[in-house]
Amino acid sequence: MGVKKSDRREFLKRGAALAGSLVAARTAVGQTPDHTEHTPVAPGPDAFLRGSDEIVAYGKRSRFVTSVRIPHGGRASPDQFGLDFHIATPLQDSVGVITPSSLHYMGTTRGSFIPDIDPEKHRLMIHGMVDRPLVFTMAELKRLPSVTRMHFIECAGNRASSRHTTVQETHGMTSCAEWTGVLLSTLLKEAGVHANADWIVAEGVEEVKGASSIPMAKAMDDCLLCYGMNGEPVRPQQGFPLRLLVPGFEGIFNVKWLRRIKVVDQYYMTYNDFGHLTRDPVNAALGYQIGPKSVITHPSGGQQLPGPGFYEVSGLAWSGGGRVARVEVTTDGGRTWRDADIRGTAHPMAHTRFSFEWNWDGKECELQSRCIDELGQIQPSRAQALEFWSTPEEKATSVKGQDNSIQPWRIASDGSVHNAII
Amino acid sequence: MRLSSLLPLLLLFGAAAQAQSPTYGVGRTPTASEIAAWDISISPTGEELPPGSGTVDKGSELFLSKGCAGCHGTTGTGGLAPRLVKLDVAADADPWDYGRVLPIRSPYATTVWDFINRGMPLGAEGTLTPDEVYSLTAYLFFLNGLLPDGSTLDRESLPKMRMPNRDNWAQVPDWLPGKPRLEGYPY
Ligand code: HEC
Repeated sequence: MGVKKSDRREFLKRGAALAGSLVAARTAVGQTPDHTEHTPVAPGPDAFLRGSDEIVAYGKRSRFVTSVRIPHGGRASPDQFGLDFHIATPLQDSVGVITPSSLHYMGTTRGSFIPDIDPEKHRLMIHGMVDRPLVFTMAELKRLPSVTRMHFIECAGNRASSRHTTVQETHGMTSCAEWTGVLLSTLLKEAGVHANADWIVAEGVEEVKGASSIPMAKAMDDCLLCYGMNGEPVRPQQGFPLRLLVPGFEGIFNVKWLRRIKVVDQYYMTYNDFGHLTRDPVNAALGYQIGPKSVITHPSGGQQLPGPGFYEVSGLAWSGGGRVARVEVTTDGGRTWRDADIRGTAHPMAHTRFSFEWNWDGKECELQSRCIDELGQIQPSRAQALEFWSTPEEKATSVKGQDNSIQPWRIASDGSVHNAII
Repeated sequence: MRLSSLLPLLLLFGAAAQAQSPTYGVGRTPTASEIAAWDISISPTGEELPPGSGTVDKGSELFLSKGCAGCHGTTGTGGLAPRLVKLDVAADADPWDYGRVLPIRSPYATTVWDFINRGMPLGAEGTLTPDEVYSLTAYLFFLNGLLPDGSTLDRESLPKMRMPNRDNWAQVPDWLPGKPRLEGYPY
């Protein structure tokens, strides 16, 4: 495309319309490299993207990247009324530990419209057993000292079954983001909590005003009032403009569209609390703080290995009990376990990427991973979890309570990867 | 006691007092009426319950006129929304076999009042008067065999209602930072 200097100046004068057609012409005549193996052509783009106001303003991923969220739990999202229910993250395509905000999982109790909130009008009230009840605007909250932390959130219903084929179906109801906001303890201290106040009740603004009881020890320890997520404001599906983060606790505690915190001296048995009601103390204990858990995301169900040879086995591990201390991987269905490498930093209550170097010999085999957290809690196998709950394996469609059992993937000799839960 | 031995104590109190005074002075103080308007939480002991009362009879009318029946079914079951009456099980069945039905499984009557008040009728939440919520709550308890026909509920009687699961549920364990979720859990 040799354009002489004088011609070029002339062309610039003629304006944008022509510029557009010239770019189009260039794309049309531009040589499309042949990517077939063994052809002596260096790789290059198939085409060039024209700039657009949209891409300048907010960017856009490549049209070749098609990874998307899917409705989860056998119910449409959105449904015929426009309600969103459960939406699962495409973990099979994940790299690193941050879930892009647009791919973050979402859950609601029974389907919900997403509140459309003007942050200028939004308010947070702290009241109840405090010396000084307080109301904050979003601007006021942003004046307070902030923290930025990596944390996962996981839905209590994130359980794998033999019916699932991909890791998005077995494990997609968890995600991890970098959250920014004010420590709840900062606000509680500002309000002055009474000595006999043991609980808080946190409440959102959605139709049913979802509220959860949270122990004061947790509220004072590491709960966050988040306005930021992955470097930008929290997304509406995640609670814009303000959500509570209760690190390591089941998803429902992380109240979205947060408007009110009431400091109280008893467990309030809210409708959300009632949703988790059980009469089994063991079930209650295990279904509160998420257990140690991990899953191999590559290779995982539905993927295809092209043939024998070297692969990085890669996956995510997390625990509601703190940092991931160790991850082990087996490539022989659990007979031998070896340590995987932790990639990057293992943050408390955050997805942690692990990696395991593996040479596949082309024979059928089974891959599993196991998480051990800093408290020494170990992720159980599915058989162990079922035995604990006295569920005969042949009858089990899912593990009772919060399922943090080990996920097995079977690699067939043709390289196809399958869910090995029976 | 000598003053020197009191000193650490005094320092401690000093620090506590300091922690109790505001550090940043950001945010404003809401008025009492503002707090009352926002505060829709009802505790199991019911101290936030408003004055007023309602009856099973009124509740049965409101269940139709307020559209509850349209979503939950005329008899409290058979609609698209969750069923509000217990499953058809033997009279002496374990209360946990009644199904996951709020007005029968909940250990506290207050949770039922609170949820109808904050979340129902879906699409027009917050439009019911306290009397109407008392009536609808009474009607749902009547449908579940917890109250006889002709009963009345108010802020005194509601929290005193003895729900079948009142003492038949598992408390979540005390949470402490760095504690395993269940002591002795093998995995
Ligand atoms: C537009 C449909 C709709 C209408 C009208 C409606 N409800 Fe509901 N109701 C629902 C849905 C959906 C839920 C489940 C909400 C959730 O899980 O967050 C529900 C839940 C409930 C529950 C809790 C049930 C349980 O066991 O979990 C009660 C009690 C209830 N409604 C009572 C009422 C009453 C009383 C009225 C009339 C004043 C009413 N509803 C009107 C749709 C409706």
